[in-house]
Amino acid sequence: MKYLGLVLAGLLRHRSRSLLTFASVMTAFVLFGVLDGVRTVFSEGTDTSGQDRLIVTSRLSIIEPLPYSQLARIAAIDGVQQIAHANWFGGVYQDRKNFFPNIAVSADEWLAIHPEITLTAAERDAFLTTRTAALAGENLVDRFGWKVGERIPLEGTIFPNKSGSNSWTFDLVGVMRSGQDEGSGFANELIFRYDYFDEGRTQGQGTVGWYVVRIADPARSNDVAQAIDALFRNSDAETKTQSEKEFNLAFAKQFGDIGLIVSAIMAAVFFTVLLVTGNTMAQGVRERAGDIAILKTLGFSGVTVCLLIVTESLLLLLAGGCAGLGLAALGLPALSRALRGQLPPLEVSVDTWLIGLAIMLVLGLVVGVPPAVRALRLRIVDALARA
Amino acid sequence: MSALRQIFALTLMGLSTLPQRLASSLVIVVGIAGVAGVLVSLLAMRDGFQTTLGATGRIDEAIVLRGGSNTELSSRLTREDATLIAQAPGILAGPDQWPLISAEVVVIVNLPKKSTGTDSNVEVRGVGPQALALRAQVKISQGRAFAAGRRELLVGRGAASQFSGLTVGSTIKLAGEPWAVVGLFESGDAHESEIWADAESVQSAYRRDGYQSVRVKLTDALAFNEFKAALAADPRLKVDVQRTRNYYATQSQRLRRLIDVLATTVAVIMAIGATFGALNTMYAAVATRQREIAIMRALGFASFSIVAAVMVEAIALALTGGLLGAGLAWLVFDNYTVSTLGANFSQVVFAFRVSPMLVGDALRWALAIGFLGGLLPALGAARAPLTSALRGR
Repeated sequence: MKYLGLVLAGLLRHRSRSLLTFASVMTAFVLFGVLDGVRTVFSEGTDTSGQDRLIVTSRLSIIEPLPYSQLARIAAIDGVQQIAHANWFGGVYQDRKNFFPNIAVSADEWLAIHPEITLTAAERDAFLTTRTAALAGENLVDRFGWKVGERIPLEGTIFPNKSGSNSWTFDLVGVMRSGQDEGSGFANELIFRYDYFDEGRTQGQGTVGWYVVRIADPARSNDVAQAIDALFRNSDAETKTQSEKEFNLAFAKQFGDIGLIVSAIMAAVFFTVLLVTGNTMAQGVRERAGDIAILKTLGFSGVTVCLLIVTESLLLLLAGGCAGLGLAALGLPALSRALRGQLPPLEVSVDTWLIGLAIMLVLGLVVGVPPAVRALRLRIVDALARA
Repeated sequence: MSALRQIFALTLMGLSTLPQRLASSLVIVVGIAGVAGVLVSLLAMRDGFQTTLGATGRIDEAIVLRGGSNTELSSRLTREDATLIAQAPGILAGPDQWPLISAEVVVIVNLPKKSTGTDSNVEVRGVGPQALALRAQVKISQGRAFAAGRRELLVGRGAASQFSGLTVGSTIKLAGEPWAVVGLFESGDAHESEIWADAESVQSAYRRDGYQSVRVKLTDALAFNEFKAALAADPRLKVDVQRTRNYYATQSQRLRRLIDVLATTVAVIMAIGATFGALNTMYAAVATRQREIAIMRALGFASFSIVAAVMVEAIALALTGGLLGAGLAWLVFDNYTVSTLGANFSQVVFAFRVSPMLVGDALRWALAIGFLGGLLPALGAARAPLTSALRGR
């Protein structure tokens, strides 16, 4: 700590150069924060709380409906604790640009199987007793400024209703909030009751889009999934059962390998940062050969001088990196707005901070160690002679 | 005239000492190459996507969907609807005098993507007998078309390149039954991401009765209004009619915007970073040449010439980097084929396109970065007090 002054003096010796290096490091980490936010949205999709949930879809494809009659047979399988069903509605709110998932769900079972959905007792009661009730995720409510009690009209793109139009109206009875701080999948969803939907639609009655199954023992999820698929093999409606996590990952992967694209860009960026800062540090130490020789003459050991230089580079990287990630955290909401809700809200997550800090430390060492070693080997006489 | 000679002499001298400053000069080149490379790749992705989707559909072709449905997948039309639509005015007759109309059924199948090995949604389109005559852009490049009533598939070139098991001669399972791949087609648009089969065969395999859409070729682009009005006037029909050009443009809107915003954001941030990097390197370059530049000024070289010479050097380095990056991006990514989830809930295959215009864009960015990166250091060098600069302080 007592050497802090020396480290700072080193950094401030050439103010504009340090400032520019700081700025390039900062920019690199702004980019890292933004891209890692995008990657997180695509690769993780939702939180990992659904370890004990399986998703049963048609084996043919995700759009093929399954008969409702399968529900009781799946529920009877050993290891299955609870089952809920759902159907994609594909409704449009006001304009098709306002896309968000809206899903018809079996009300009681759906809430029971998704304990992470936090509701007040009144909201829960209203949803379970009102046929036209709907629940909206917290982000969705913010996005459209909805109030509980409001009637939400949706234009059904897939399902016309029995009155011969595409208009469906739902009563917003509550807001789905997540107990955790991280945004969850349902924060952007609207759910409403399957019974209201199934009665109102003109086609496909008695079918469901997919089942969600809660299993007693997450360790046995593979066995249960296979048992479900085996039950309907060679029937008219064969199933494909995956854990919720697998299902989400497979879906995210359909957008393409975002992780790979992000890694490639970041590799190019960090390589450049390495060059720029490395070059600056090396030049700084070269110019300061005289100062370093004087420090050594005064009795500073080679190792101390070495540490001083490495600390200097670590400090530069950490300051620039944290400033960059901070800026990214501030800027991401604006980017989310520019995308008009086409991606779930972007944020700099704790993981991104941790990965970022690790990269800062590694870059700081890689950049700082070579000039430090040169300073260690520096012969006082030579350096003083040159100065 | 003498100013030009001065600039020339100074630039030459600067460039001749470049090898001694190789490491730091390379920093500019590599840094800007990185920016140009990423910029060109991202914009090539955007352009490739736009070209594929933009080339899909025509203004003299119409698609009919159930009223209120946005996509083919959410639309349903009955056989009666299809018959009524075929009787509307404005439809072009084919060489055999049949109207050029195709009632089509669209289903999604799970096929493993080659790159990830995981299941992807691939669009299977059951088409009517006139479908190939209706879409003149579709060319069978290998094998033959499917036969009516048979479980045979004609696979788009993009689909064949992205998903496993779609070579001519192989057999895949759809709806639990074997289907033979008998041909490959090229169309240069979004249809290449699809697999085509006979509409009747798809209907029977998937136990479907009706269709998703009806496509018609119009006598000319103006006939659209007449055709649309006739369908709107028929009380038995509840349909939406669009030109296929408009339909596909709307389909790709969301994804286009997403790619556009992300690509621009990344490019702008990278350019800012590269400008800082270039500034830093040019300051360093000027600092090492401080004494030399001071001597030149003492000898009578004008400040303006010094500024110009430093900037020429910065811009030359930046342009080298820009060319290098754009060239690399072109080598690696031109025609690089990928697929993503499109609006119809199914995979759209498209190829990156590195056009000369993109390379021009990248060079312009490089030029701007080099200009900004050189300007301040050059001014600094020209303004430094002569006496202290000569002493090397």
